[in-house]
Amino acid sequence: MKPERKATLRIKRAEGYQSFEVPFEPGQTLLDGLRWIRAHADPGLAIRYSCINANACKECMLRLDGETVYACTERLAEREMTVEPLPNKKLVRDLVTEIAPPDERLL
Amino acid sequence: MKLETDVLVVGAGGAGMYAALEAARAGARVTLVDRSLIGRGGATVMAQMTVAAALGAEAPDRWEHHLADTLAAGRGLCDPALSRLLCEEGVDCIREMDAWGVGWARSNGRIKQVHAPGHDRPRCVYVDFLNTGPAVSRTLRTRLIRTPEIRRIGELLVLDLLKEQERCIGALALHETSGQFVSIHSRATIVATGGLTRLYARNSASANMGGDGYSLALRAGAELVDMEFVQFFPIGHLAPRLVGMDPIMWDPFRYKLGGRLLNAAGEEFLAEDGRYVSARDIATAAIVKEVEAGRGSPHGGAWLSFEHCSAAELRAAFGPVIERLAKNGIDLTKTRVEVAPIAHYHMGGIRVSPRMETCVPGLFAAGEAVGGANGANRLSGNAVTEALAFGRQAGRSAAAFASSSKAAAPTEAPAVPGGKKLDANPAAEIARLQETMNRDVGPLRTRKSLQRALAHIESLDALCGEPVEKKPGLDAAWLDWMDLRSMRLVAEAVARSALAREESRGAHQREDFPQTSEAWTRRQRACLGEKGLRIEA
Repeated sequence: MKPERKATLRIKRAEGYQSFEVPFEPGQTLLDGLRWIRAHADPGLAIRYSCINANACKECMLRLDGETVYACTERLAEREMTVEPLPNKKLVRDLVTEIAPPDERLL
Repeated sequence: MKLETDVLVVGAGGAGMYAALEAARAGARVTLVDRSLIGRGGATVMAQMTVAAALGAEAPDRWEHHLADTLAAGRGLCDPALSRLLCEEGVDCIREMDAWGVGWARSNGRIKQVHAPGHDRPRCVYVDFLNTGPAVSRTLRTRLIRTPEIRRIGELLVLDLLKEQERCIGALALHETSGQFVSIHSRATIVATGGLTRLYARNSASANMGGDGYSLALRAGAELVDMEFVQFFPIGHLAPRLVGMDPIMWDPFRYKLGGRLLNAAGEEFLAEDGRYVSARDIATAAIVKEVEAGRGSPHGGAWLSFEHCSAAELRAAFGPVIERLAKNGIDLTKTRVEVAPIAHYHMGGIRVSPRMETCVPGLFAAGEAVGGANGANRLSGNAVTEALAFGRQAGRSAAAFASSSKAAAPTEAPAVPGGKKLDANPAAEIARLQETMNRDVGPLRTRKSLQRALAHIESLDALCGEPVEKKPGLDAAWLDWMDLRSMRLVAEAVARSALAREESRGAHQREDFPQTSEAWTRRQRACLGEKGLRIEA
């Protein structure tokens, strides 16, 4: 039997960093891993995305290992990956930050 | 919190943005809301190509020819007045977009039009490279920003439409990031929330295409129509895994370069001879049947080959896209890719008049949210045209309705009941429902598969029936629960309409009723009564 392959996502949340092991398949994206966590481990994990795979909406921007990336185009890897919200935007919750243009916000 | 406006537009894709612009042009104060960011969510921004309109730039053309093709593709079920609006008004909208600087691809100053399957001549405009949707969205958004009569609010999820007696007087919404409830009072309301393709595991949808608008309209007393007709795009990307590319990307490749669709034995099974000519319903059924017969590609689809093209041809046609493919390890001169049908568009939707009025006074709809213009099968290129033409008409009608109606007195957002504690993972339940819909209510259906799907759908009642408590602030699980509640209702409308239609026609293929039946040349409506969902022929 093939050993199960895993990626570890270490996510910055309000209460500190929390690590999740997610199944790894070659070709998957960081967003695939985050969505897996929501469906299998913690539906309360807040992430922002819309187009899922097309890199059209540009909503899934976050920090991976200290660099700003799109979660939908960044490949998942078989190692620990540290995922954080954008540092220069107001934090809403978990990986969601306030990225709407100021004149398109309610508040 | 409460807001007040003349015209409320729900959904900021192509239809919603055009509706807002047109309503403002007619003198209304407009509030445009979207659950995502303005102009980023929805389907329009993801459209890579193409947009059908009888401009006559490439070859002489008239909207009547486009209409004839649309009606033929719709397999006898189009609402001809809506199809006409799409084809006739669409021409003006495409020209207006041109004047607004969308940048339709040109050659020697003349707009280029390509020949798409099902059209009788070159009719489809586009923006290079694979940039049609983003260019359309950006152009409309730029216009919005220059229109002070339009207030744009993102991250606002409409939960319910508000009514006063029979009339729609606005909406109750949730500001997602702060968790605040907001009531929006309007004289007229336009639902432009797109389709339902997120109901399917294999889809080309964005995360917000779960059929919200259908659920809102049903619960407000409006009717839906043609819900069984879900279009599967036949050659959605299947394998190897690509990132940063829309799964519909092979459509423009086939427009420009033809390409050969092959089964496991390397045979063309559609008699296309390397040309892109098969209508979507026919190609979808053919691929599914090849797979069932054991002649599919390794991941359960078909092969698509551009191996006959030279590197220079590929680069001339798709420029930077060839680099993006190389980054994904794909060299099309050497490698075939696997493709398979993928839920792409919904022909059905909210039932409206050619003025985009629903049967609820004050409530209008636009774009893919509307059912009827494309009958049982949509022509390629008609979706963005529909978004623009119907958006424009809805904006005009809603502004006229708003100017002749009294405003309802604004009230605070009604209290949202606390409800029970959420004791399931709604994201997981959505994934399960998507698997069921794909397997049992997908391109090929039987009574047995549809009944199995309905049993699953009804089993969600315990979870969806009673309100669930929302935690303060952004509550991601609660938002999923709201989506599941809408998706459950809309899935039932699709499955029950499909079960009732005992024939095969266009995108609705019943393996137990393979023939098209003359007696079924009629449309089914869905409405929500005291005893639940009702389907009527």
